[in-house]
Amino acid sequence: MKIGEKVQWNELLTGGVIEDPGNSIDYKTGSWRIERPIWNKEACINCMFCWVYCPDSSIKVDKDGNMAGINYDFCKGCGICVKECPKPGALAMVLEADIEKKGMDVVFKETFGGK
Amino acid sequence: MGKKVALDGNAAAAHAIRQINPDVIAAFPITPSTQIPMTVSSFIADGLMDTELVTVESEHSAMSACVGAAAAGGRVMTATAAQGLALMWEILYIASSMRLPMVTVIAARALNAPLNIHGDHSDVMGARDAGWIQLFCEDAQEVYDSIIQAIKISENKDVLTPVMVVMDGFNTTHSVEVWEMEEDERVKEFIGEYEPKYPLLDVSRKITYGAWAPPSEYFEHKVNQLTGIIRARPVVKKVGEEFGKVFGRSYDCFELYKLDDAEYAIVMMGSAAGTAKDVVDVLREDGVKAGLLKIRMFRPFPAEEIKEALGNVKVVATLDRVIPAGAYGSPLFNEVRSALYDAPKRPMVIDYIYGLGGRDIQPKHFKEVYENLQRIAKTGKIEKMLDFINIRGKWGK
Repeated sequence: MKIGEKVQWNELLTGGVIEDPGNSIDYKTGSWRIERPIWNKEACINCMFCWVYCPDSSIKVDKDGNMAGINYDFCKGCGICVKECPKPGALAMVLEADIEKKGMDVVFKETFGGK
Repeated sequence: MGKKVALDGNAAAAHAIRQINPDVIAAFPITPSTQIPMTVSSFIADGLMDTELVTVESEHSAMSACVGAAAAGGRVMTATAAQGLALMWEILYIASSMRLPMVTVIAARALNAPLNIHGDHSDVMGARDAGWIQLFCEDAQEVYDSIIQAIKISENKDVLTPVMVVMDGFNTTHSVEVWEMEEDERVKEFIGEYEPKYPLLDVSRKITYGAWAPPSEYFEHKVNQLTGIIRARPVVKKVGEEFGKVFGRSYDCFELYKLDDAEYAIVMMGSAAGTAKDVVDVLREDGVKAGLLKIRMFRPFPAEEIKEALGNVKVVATLDRVIPAGAYGSPLFNEVRSALYDAPKRPMVIDYIYGLGGRDIQPKHFKEVYENLQRIAKTGKIEKMLDFINIRGKWGK
């Protein structure tokens, strides 16, 4: 059963059993987000504190074990990564509404300055 | 052939459990149900059973372990009473909503405070909306028979819902009675092998129990769950009839005692129904058309059948063994009266509470109830909708 498929009450499995475990991957909790952490690769020192603290496993890691961005499908915008980040200007919280209004490029420049 | 034995209600439950020989029992002792797991543990120690007995540290854990074992695919049983059942409350809902078959024997007992270890229905009525099937027993024989039937009802493919088999604390649990114990092999044959629908231990089929359901999903799951307990109604009747064919004692969702032409009826559950039957017999000798409806299955409530059974009665008294706690009437009163609302000749219904915390109810009290019913039929006037039997002091005006 894919999450989001609207099944009728009489089509559900007895006892609310799920036959495809792990289907929570179909449920994009990123939609809960009001604020979004944004990442400035230029400033990042790859200490991976964000990866250690993220409660939703939403910090992406590349093959060399370095920070590779944020998975916005599942990041709920809790802000823990920004709070724990030891490097000023590497991670910051911005409003989703601002990104929608002004566009990502403008918000990024306003937040981190530079290019 | 079965054999006659002289044992109390707890022993009757323990012997039924021995013959069922479930895979897992997780239990915590509490008066007046203690002798059930205690006797069962002796049976296990003596090699008469090979059940895994999990001795947990609380009833919350007992029911949790039962849920785990049932989800794994085991045949699971436990027993408890009063505060123990109250402590299980959270997990009772999980067992029923995961549609896990299991049987819990309840030695119905008053809830504290004041501290009281004696019989009434406060504990069971607190769990009446937990989604479990509830079977009330009058005596040790019914306890033994109902536990065996409950396994079959609970595991029925259309039902898959846990069952509480209820007996009155001390009145039944600790009263030695003569009853018939069937042969082990015949009981095993009657209940058959258990084939769980979604066993977690079947690793070839990966499944998840107890997942999260957001507002977009939860409601449908609860409606789906409801179908199981609703379908239990005909299954309880069918299993009761099958039991009768094999062992000679048939059961239905309720028992009608001299109710066919009755004008005055008592509706009640549990051990005191035996006393009520004696009083009905005496009144019948005097030409009073008294009758009794003893409800065996309180959940799911057999409303349609009760409407039919009480349709020609003039006045009905429900006798409940729990305080209504601010409700319009006791649980039994509300169910019965609601069932009768659509009856063509709607009888008048009054509400009595009796036996709280083990308070005795005697033949003279039943006589007083029937006298009141006759008075109401004659005058057409109800003086008290609610009254308490055998208390000191007068209730109401």
